[in-house]
Amino acid sequence: MSLRTDLGRVRGLGSAKEGAAHWWAQRLTAVALIPLLLWFVSSMICLVGADQAVARAWIAIPWVAVLLIVMCGAVFHHTQLGLQVVLEDYIHTEWLKITSIMLVKFAAIVLFAASAFAILKIAFAG
Amino acid sequence: MSTGQRPISPHLQVYKPEFTSGLSIFHRITGVGLAAGTLLLVCWLFTVAGDGGAYGAMQAFWGSIVGRLLLLGWSFALFYHLCNGIRYLFWSAGKGFELATAQKSAMAVIVVSLALTLAAWIWGYASMGKL
Repeated sequence: MSLRTDLGRVRGLGSAKEGAAHWWAQRLTAVALIPLLLWFVSSMICLVGADQAVARAWIAIPWVAVLLIVMCGAVFHHTQLGLQVVLEDYIHTEWLKITSIMLVKFAAIVLFAASAFAILKIAFAG
Repeated sequence: MSTGQRPISPHLQVYKPEFTSGLSIFHRITGVGLAAGTLLLVCWLFTVAGDGGAYGAMQAFWGSIVGRLLLLGWSFALFYHLCNGIRYLFWSAGKGFELATAQKSAMAVIVVSLALTLAAWIWGYASMGKL
């Protein structure tokens, strides 16, 4: 049994019991994604109709590969944070809510690993 | 501490739908749509990394009418989520909460995201030499 008061336990943490960590990470990734996505979308437009060799050559440029991996990290982190909130809001069966949030977080990690692998494969194959 | 009998916050349906609340809901819808779109990003990376056949098939699909409509939806969703997200970042900094300002910025988000989508597609067709 804790001797701390209820107020002392929750102060600064809020109902989610994690303080502003989720909120902050959502905004940090959002800010990072503004320039990254504008760059990515412009690059995709330039690659419209390009054959595979051209796309490979672009991804294989070292700074492009690095920025793409960073972008994928920010995209999947931001996505799983956002989907978590949506699931928390609309799923009211506790086990289903927890299970679906877990699946979203696992999927985000697998998809990030897969995209980083594909980028590195292209980058190292030249 | 008993939490069982507390009043809970009324849900969406008790409020009158407003222009600004519509944007908020659309932010969420586009977010979920873009989450599905991340699968496309991974597919694209794998077809580029792969040995050729899949890349051609992917290119052919995105060139089709269905592919183009999907890309149109995704590009608008991305620009909308980006613009409205920037609006939310200002709110996070405590700025732009006044009703008149929030309504003006809402209109700006719609206009700018439509303009960016249009510009992106014009640029895309121009870079293919089809304009």
